[in-house]
Amino acid sequence: MRWVFLGLAMLTALVIREMGTRGTVSDRRPLMVFSDMDFQPRYNPQAAGPFFADGRAMRTPPAGTVPFGGTDYECDAGSPRQNPDLLREDDAYYRGKKGTTWVTVNPLRVDMKLLQRGQERYGIFCAPCHGATGKGNGVITQYGLTGVAGITDALHALMPDGQFFDVISNGKGRMMPYGPQIKVRDRWAIIAYVRALSRSQNAGITDVPESIRGELKP
Amino acid sequence: MPLIFTQRADNWLRRGMAGAFVSVVLGITGLYYYAPPEYTRVGYAPKQPVAYSHELHAGRLGLSCLYCHTGVEESSVAKIPPTQTCMNCHQAIKADSPQLEAIRVSWAGGGPVRWERVHQTPDYVYFNHAVHVRRGVGCVSCHGKVNEMPVVVHEKPLSMGWCLECHRHPEEHLRPPDQSTNFEWQPPQGQNQRDYGLTLKDQFGIRAPETCTGCHR
Ligand code: HEC
Ligand code: HEC
Ligand code: HEC
Ligand code: HEC
Ligand code: HEC
Ligand code: HEC
Repeated sequence: MRWVFLGLAMLTALVIREMGTRGTVSDRRPLMVFSDMDFQPRYNPQAAGPFFADGRAMRTPPAGTVPFGGTDYECDAGSPRQNPDLLREDDAYYRGKKGTTWVTVNPLRVDMKLLQRGQERYGIFCAPCHGATGKGNGVITQYGLTGVAGITDALHALMPDGQFFDVISNGKGRMMPYGPQIKVRDRWAIIAYVRALSRSQNAGITDVPESIRGELKP
Repeated sequence: MPLIFTQRADNWLRRGMAGAFVSVVLGITGLYYYAPPEYTRVGYAPKQPVAYSHELHAGRLGLSCLYCHTGVEESSVAKIPPTQTCMNCHQAIKADSPQLEAIRVSWAGGGPVRWERVHQTPDYVYFNHAVHVRRGVGCVSCHGKVNEMPVVVHEKPLSMGWCLECHRHPEEHLRPPDQSTNFEWQPPQGQNQRDYGLTLKDQFGIRAPETCTGCHR
């Protein structure tokens, strides 16, 4: 009798030693016993796929095509209006250009909602380098990224919105393109916010309403 | 009348039965403990091709999750960032670190970086990040404190029971939608998570599906 229990106790100890407890960190792939329909014959986003030579299931768009998300429901249903996203024909909105000159006015209606969106997106995508105030002193500059431009000084206030858009979309010098990461609309929102930031930092006495100028103390 | 079974055989039978009983109990306990995803998945931390650390990038540098996982707010997949996202900084920072060799090879045209998948639901489950993140379920509820992980660890079981537990009582996890990626978020002073969650649930009309077709479509 004793041997039976001893044997079982040892077996238990061995199992616990081998299997560990719940939550132990390990790089052992989770064991799957019944993987019935877990892996269906389809390609998942960003997954590997044996069909193409580079082993990727996802394809890069062929040259000369315009990637866009969604469908032109209205046009499919017979509406004469086309989804403007479809061909990205609007140069001012999608490239910041009118002919060969930069647009100087934000093509979106600038309201509080847009500015708040811009502030949020600026914090996510630009602040790490350009800093929360846009002076070019973000956290990454402490780790060896040099030459980050200040973008809210008086000089950059003169940069047309369209050119600003182009820098975000296609990069410039040491700054990589952010087009793939930021949606077109959000890029314009960021620009609107940076303008507000710049305005607040380069404000002069003339920006203060006359009625309360007297209350200012030097 | 002669005994059919000897005393010894009888003893063996008793032993055998006791042993079998204990084995079955142990076996069931073992299965109960080791078979569910709380054991099989939780703690899974595969070795990645690049020693990328969330603790450094998202924690100490304070990068937002959205800087890299750009799909999380608008699509079902969060998206693992492309090589270019890393090169935004690493063309200048630690540009010749041996740890970043795989990134540079990929950037020079050597194909994608083959990151190991950590979390994965079976193909017959419909999961969507955007519906959760935009309705105020934070990353922390489903992935744990990623911003403190040098290596991403599978922290929650991702079983059907686990999904349903939250779908039945989402108030335990709800927060304002713009705080989804904030790992330090706390309910406002003087309110506990439950009550605050209930207000949000009413305010936004949150109704998480509990019917089969919600998640198996
Ligand atoms: C990885 C760090 C980094 C991030 C993030 C970043 N930038 Fe830059 N940015 C730079 C650097 C470095 C330069 C200087 C480029 C040069 O001239 O070589 C620059 C230059 C610029 C310029 C041009 C300034 C000039 O004088 O021509 C603008 C405008 C700008 N950034 C806007 C932005 C905006 C808007 C964002 C957010 C979407 C952003 N940047 C995000 C690093 C960054
Ligand atoms: C600098 C880019 C970057 C940032 C910022 C970032 N991540 Fe990641 N994340 C990655 C990369 C690259 C991977 C794939 C490698 C890995 O799993 O470690 C990843 C993987 C993950 C995974 C595991 C994916 C899987 O395979 O299941 C989760 C979960 C995750 N990140 C959550 C977050 C959260 C939450 C934040 C915000 C605190 C965040 N990430 C911020 C780059 C980033
Ligand atoms: C916003 C800028 C930024 C981005 C984007 C970024 N990193 Fe980093 N990374 C850093 C900084 C800063 C350090 C710390 C350098 C130091 O310790 O001096 C670092 C360090 C590292 C290290 C350690 C290198 C070493 O030799 O110690 C690795 C590995 C790394 N990053 C991988 C990645 C990967 C992979 C990605 C893309 C998913 C990525 N990083 C994206 C800024 C960034
Ligand atoms: C409701 C729970 C939940 C929330 C909230 C959540 N995730 Fe996930 N996440 C999952 C599940 C489940 C998977 C596995 C998905 C699959 O297999 O398709 C996953 C997978 C991922 C992956 C890898 C696969 C992919 O989709 O690219 C990343 C990266 C990720 N999550 C990041 C995040 C970030 C960042 C946040 C916060 C903004 C977040 N998640 C919020 C449940 C969640
Ligand atoms: C921490 C809480 C939480 C967890 C965990 C969670 N969910 Fe949800 N889920 C929600 C909430 C809240 C909603 C409702 C959103 C709304 O009302 O729009 C939701 C909605 C959904 C929807 C409905 C989407 C639609 O189109 O209506 C699906 C599908 C879903 N969840 C799948 C899952 C799956 C699969 C898992 C497990 C892998 C999971 N959820 C885990 C909170 C959670
Ligand atoms: C909240 C989302 C959700 C709902 C609602 C839901 N399921 Fe599931 N179901 C899941 C997830 C996630 C898994 C995968 C579990 C895993 O991989 O551990 C799953 C797995 C399963 C499995 C396979 C189990 C296995 O281990 O092979 C079956 C069968 C199933 N569900 C049936 C149902 C039925 C029947 C209903 C309706 C009563 C239902 N599910 C409702 C999310 C859901």
